[in-house]
Amino acid sequence: MTQDPNARAQIEPTEVGANAAETGDRQLTAEGSPETPDAYGSHEISIQDLDFATLAEQGHTATKLDPLAPAVLSVDNLKMYFPVKSSGVVRRTIGHVQAVDGISFEVPKGGSLGLVGESGCGKSTTGRLITRLYKPTGGSMMFQGHDLAKLSSREMKPLRRDVQMIFQDPYTSLNPRHTVGTIVGAALEVHKIVPKNKVLPRVQELLEIVGLNPEHYNRYPNEFSGGQRQRIGIARALTLNPKVLVADEPVSALDVSIQAQVVNLLQDIQTEFDVSFLFIAHDLAIVRHFCPEVAVMYLGKIVEIGDRETIYGRPHHPYTQALLSAVPDVKQAAIGGRRERIRLEGDVPSPINPPSGCRFRTRCQFAQEICAKVEPPLLQIGPRHKAACHFAGELGSHPATPVTTQLLGVDDQGSPVAGATPTNTQLTIPGYEETWYDLKTKQTTGG
Amino acid sequence: MTSVPMTQSSAAERDAAEGPYLQVEDLKVTFPTQDGPVTAVSGLTYSVEKGKTLGIVGESGSGKSVSSMAVMGLHDAKSAQISGSIRVGGTEVVGLSESKMRGLRGNSMAMIFQDALAALHPFYKIGGQLEEAYLVHHSSASKRDARRKAIEMLDRVGIPQPDRRVDDFPHQFSGGMRQRAMIAMGLINDPSLLIADEPTTALDVTVQAQILDLLQDLQREFNSAVIIITHDLGVIAEMADDVLVMYAGRCVEYGTCKQILVAPEMPYTWGLLSSIPDVTASTDARLIPIPGNPPSLLRPPSGCSFHPRCVHSDKVPGDLCRTELPALLPASSGTAHLKRCHLADPLQIYRTEVLPEIAPELVEETR
Amino acid sequence: MFAYVVKRLISGVLVVTLVSMAIFLLFWFGPSSPAQPICDRETSNRCTQTKLALYEKTLGYDNPVYEEYGKYVKGIFVGRTLTIASNDYECGAPCLGVSFRTKQPVKEELVSRIPATFSIAIGGAFLYLLFGVPIGVAAAKRRGTVADKALVSSFLFISSIPYYLFALLTWLYLTITFEVPFFSDTGYFPITEVGPFKWFSGLFLAWVALGIFGCTQYTRFTRGAMVEALSEDYIRTAKAKGLPTRTIVYKHGLRAALVPVVTIFGIDFGTLLAGTIFTERIFEIQGIGWWSLEAVQGRDLPVVQATALFSAVVLIISNLLVDVVYSVLDPRVRLS
Ligand SMILES: Nc1ncnc2c1ncn2[C@@H]1O[C@H](COP(=O)(O)OP(=O)(O)OP(=O)(O)O)[C@@H](O)[C@H]1O
Ligand SMILES: Nc1ncnc2c1ncn2[C@@H]1O[C@H](COP(=O)(O)OP(=O)(O)OP(=O)(O)O)[C@@H](O)[C@H]1O
Ligand code: SF4
Ligand code: SF4
Ligand SMILES: [Mg+2]
Ligand SMILES: [Mg+2]
Repeated sequence: MTQDPNARAQIEPTEVGANAAETGDRQLTAEGSPETPDAYGSHEISIQDLDFATLAEQGHTATKLDPLAPAVLSVDNLKMYFPVKSSGVVRRTIGHVQAVDGISFEVPKGGSLGLVGESGCGKSTTGRLITRLYKPTGGSMMFQGHDLAKLSSREMKPLRRDVQMIFQDPYTSLNPRHTVGTIVGAALEVHKIVPKNKVLPRVQELLEIVGLNPEHYNRYPNEFSGGQRQRIGIARALTLNPKVLVADEPVSALDVSIQAQVVNLLQDIQTEFDVSFLFIAHDLAIVRHFCPEVAVMYLGKIVEIGDRETIYGRPHHPYTQALLSAVPDVKQAAIGGRRERIRLEGDVPSPINPPSGCRFRTRCQFAQEICAKVEPPLLQIGPRHKAACHFAGELGSHPATPVTTQLLGVDDQGSPVAGATPTNTQLTIPGYEETWYDLKTKQTTGG
Repeated sequence: MTSVPMTQSSAAERDAAEGPYLQVEDLKVTFPTQDGPVTAVSGLTYSVEKGKTLGIVGESGSGKSVSSMAVMGLHDAKSAQISGSIRVGGTEVVGLSESKMRGLRGNSMAMIFQDALAALHPFYKIGGQLEEAYLVHHSSASKRDARRKAIEMLDRVGIPQPDRRVDDFPHQFSGGMRQRAMIAMGLINDPSLLIADEPTTALDVTVQAQILDLLQDLQREFNSAVIIITHDLGVIAEMADDVLVMYAGRCVEYGTCKQILVAPEMPYTWGLLSSIPDVTASTDARLIPIPGNPPSLLRPPSGCSFHPRCVHSDKVPGDLCRTELPALLPASSGTAHLKRCHLADPLQIYRTEVLPEIAPELVEETR
Repeated sequence: MFAYVVKRLISGVLVVTLVSMAIFLLFWFGPSSPAQPICDRETSNRCTQTKLALYEKTLGYDNPVYEEYGKYVKGIFVGRTLTIASNDYECGAPCLGVSFRTKQPVKEELVSRIPATFSIAIGGAFLYLLFGVPIGVAAAKRRGTVADKALVSSFLFISSIPYYLFALLTWLYLTITFEVPFFSDTGYFPITEVGPFKWFSGLFLAWVALGIFGCTQYTRFTRGAMVEALSEDYIRTAKAKGLPTRTIVYKHGLRAALVPVVTIFGIDFGTLLAGTIFTERIFEIQGIGWWSLEAVQGRDLPVVQATALFSAVVLIISNLLVDVVYSVLDPRVRLS
């Protein structure tokens, strides 16, 4: 039947108009009565009588490396390509966003691996792959004898408990309509871990662990401040006693003073529960503090990976060097002015159509012919250090000729040498070898 | 060219005669709300000379943006009560008529904002938005002059192919390019005062470095007074000549960059310094958070507004911290260095207690 | 953009086809025989089984449904001859059937009624935009003041009245109680036959009713969109550039606020063009809305089918136009 067209004309603008007006009004009140931190100030465990010495004692120093820790998660040649669809009636796939393109690393048991790099380099995608929010295009992720990359969603379910995620934005990652108790306890019920009457005690225990008042389980997220919400997110991730936590920018939405609270909490949790972290952040200083090992990503690839002292003290990849020199340093105040820095020109190229050879070559000051022709392998050049650069070297002493020619069987311009036998083209393994390629002697040496 | 830039020397001479370009005295900004008045800024006094940079730091909600927006006259007269004095180039702007204020805004003082994508109009071309900023203060200039000026400014801030990109929409620019375009727009009328409200917070470090470089180059070129608002003490260290630390709407410490970051005398500043790790710090340095949360401005704490979170108040005799607001007094390192704290010898406490925890490697040097 | 329009048109044709099928099936498998209404009408409600069978046979209701639907579709493209009982009716392309009541081809009647409906729609929409948007902008500029609050709540009150009641009251008060001169003789008078004044005066009250009612909604809607736009960061930027308030409000604020308003307007206007049942009935205007109402009451199946199809087509076209206009207004939206 012909429906009454007028009736529709009435309803639509009314509804939408009402909503829009409401938004406007809400903004008015939001401005009028700013969120009062006082309302949740009472949640905080008392800080009266806290003196500096006690507080300082609770603050952690940078996490130490345990070189003997076995790998809990071993990622090999992981790839994630997102299809790009054409416009038009038939939506063909016309290309791929190579968000993650063949990365390998290990997360040590009870330790942390940091993942740094510019926006869009594939850090979050890597995190989502490990928690299997995406199914990888290729590669493997070995965890407790299972290859997470190959499992079906159903097979994955029992393992999901062991690999949990902490999200960046404490404001959007918690459902505003659920109480804290429901949010934290949901996983317990889904996985039927504890009987129903044990859920609440467990939730309260978790809240206590993350430094919230356990009596506040029936409050809603909006009654908490940003830092407290992030604690709720951490409690939720801890519910199932995970073995691996993927923390995707866990503190970047927080105020500086609150960041330190959350970082300290994560360090507490790590020592107490022996969880391993894949710690994603673009703040190089926070990563340095939290992670004894760090991987630097650029355009979907790991360009350098190693222990903290090497990556921050003696980086060998031009990108890592540029990235580090861009970080403003508080200590500069004593000297005044700005530090000498490596200027990176231009923007990161599109991951749909990355540059040939070395992906960094369009912005690299050392780029030569070979860089466009041959992709540099992620070569182990120290006991716990790998870099992917034909001219890898400490700042100021990059070699004049490529260091990789013998290995790849090419000449200095990157053209294949007739009769040369590439030593090893599949150099990338998740962990470190006992022996490595010495840049000075161009020979394999051992520790 | 329509505007003739003044030569550096004559500008400098004139500045010397006039004193600081921006002088803020006893600024107070109050917003009446349903729950009662919110005093977002109170008793704020600072000044910025031409060619100098003032850095303002503080937690979210400490009044950094509100105070700078008061300088720009961006508060709605109906919803904000402003008292005190703000002198821009000798002109008192508190209470200035809206039409006179409009002549200053974007002309002798400009502001660039944090989220350039939101701060640029999504429906107008970059060029159009720049031209508009130029034309409103150059009524005799033609549309073509304005376009030429827009392209020139885009070129100046390092946008590649500015004559082509001028016709792009903001969403077609990358984050760094948008912030450059914002800066170009702010500087198109050669303002003597530039306020950058967290200009790099949302950007990658590499892009941040480019933007900071640009700001410094431009400042040198235009000899303008710059205020940079940021959360990042590293940015402060590399950019600022003077630093203003704000807490709960008040200045709690004010001094040169070196004084504030090397010899701070206020526990809140210590807290800020100890709660950020440093890329070059010793790995034995502790990360010590500031406990608790920022206070409500509706019901600000009595006495020193930092007292509910201060872990050094036990060193102040009696109940002073809770009952009495400390005055902003000269610190031990010089009269230009002001601090708001009851502690008798704060520098001593910083050097002997705080520094060994947060920067053990520096303890020797400062002795 | 062109590819997008073509794509949308193709999918539009698909939807129209589905709608036509659905309508066809609905009648075919309805509670009583589709020939029942005409049989009742022709025999003055003394329709017997045999007579019904005759009507069913001549109308083709004894054939398989797909066959008849095929004939119907073919008729739209090349025309057909319809037989009802023993009489033949010529129905030229595009044939939408023959009215059971008038025995006239539906298409001709439809075409003759379009001007009335379109006149109402265009006039009413013009009025509510003309008043609604500026009042909305003014309210947003003064948001939170007493005037704004009074306006918003009174407009909210008006739009909470059901439209038919509102239109009826308008008609009652203006024609019966106050006997407004000239305009009380409502109806559609073709401009070509009686001149513009008569046309205008006949439609005026309908426009007023539609205009006021729509205005209250568009005021609130514009106000909401405008309040939101004025709180955006780019407004602060515009202010920081030293632009005059007028430029800030209109060039920067309104420009952004118009996008949702125009979107909603496109859909609204489409539904108005498809026929305004209450307005036409109350102000006695011989438009498509009233016609479809009569057809439903008189169980005039071909007319009901045709009006339903017509609204589907109008709505699809207006939706497409909205999307195209949207992409013109908002450069971030690229149609693909
Ligand atoms: N679901 C998706 N579909 C298509 N492309 C995607 C998808 N998710 C991410 N990408 C693309 O993959 C690339 C890597 O994105 P990712 O979110 O992993 O970056 P990131 O390193 O986390 O960046 P940021 O620091 O900004 O969070 C980007 O170019 C992004 O546009
Ligand atoms: N229009 C307003 N009405 C009421 N309160 C306001 C208004 N604008 C700002 N405030 C309040 O003033 C205080 C200071 O805000 P301001 O924006 O200056 O903080 P900020 O230091 O810039 O913080 P951030 O680092 O988050 O930008 C906040 O508590 C805020 O809620
Ligand atoms: S391989 Fe070449 S382009 Fe790539 S980082 Fe090394 S020197 Fe630069
Ligand atoms: S006055 Fe007291 S509470 Fe305030 S900062 Fe100084 S010691 Fe802490
Ligand atoms: Mg990310
Ligand atoms: Mg701010």
